Amino acid sequence: MNGRATTAEKSRPRERGSVALLAVAGWAVPGAAHLWLGRRQKGLVFIVALPLMFAIGLLLQGRLFPFEPSQPLVALAAIADVGLGVPYLVAKAFGLGAGRVTASVYEYGNAFLIVAGLLNFLVVLDAYDIAVGRK
Amino acid sequence: MTHFLLLLLFAFFVSLVFAVLMRDEPREQLRTGGLFFGAFVGAALAIGWLMYPLPL
Repeated sequence: MNGRATTAEKSRPRERGSVALLAVAGWAVPGAAHLWLGRRQKGLVFIVALPLMFAIGLLLQGRLFPFEPSQPLVALAAIADVGLGVPYLVAKAFGLGAGRVTASVYEYGNAFLIVAGLLNFLVVLDAYDIAVGRK
Repeated sequence: MTHFLLLLLFAFFVSLVFAVLMRDEPREQLRTGGLFFGAFVGAALAIGWLMYPLPL
């Protein structure tokens, strides 16, 4: 075992249970699903870029939105934020992401936080496609 | 940090992730990422320029 997946291993469709586990791993740790599937280069890019985007969003005083069904746009932003998995949970646990609406870069912070989460959803879908043999 | 620098940083990250998602070969990823980055920045400048005369 040299840690590198062969082309046949990469394209082999996986069991439903392991695909679900893979998707959860990919959501929790951005890039983990690609690393699991042997797509090392892609996994490493995602594992660095997405949490970094999230951290920049927090540094820019962006807000981790609460789930408020009475405000649909806020609720959608909250779902997008959750897309980043463990970094989101850690930030919430440490009370980060309160947001400062008067900061001049507040909206940039929100854009970084929301888009990082949405991109991770895309990354998970890509890993799913690879796992079921569509890519 | 200027707004333009943040715009460049945002465009860089989004272009990087899209390029790596869409292409498998590093050469193709670089080309696609560069194209996306240029399109993001070009579109932002063009839209900013078009909005400049608006009384906001």
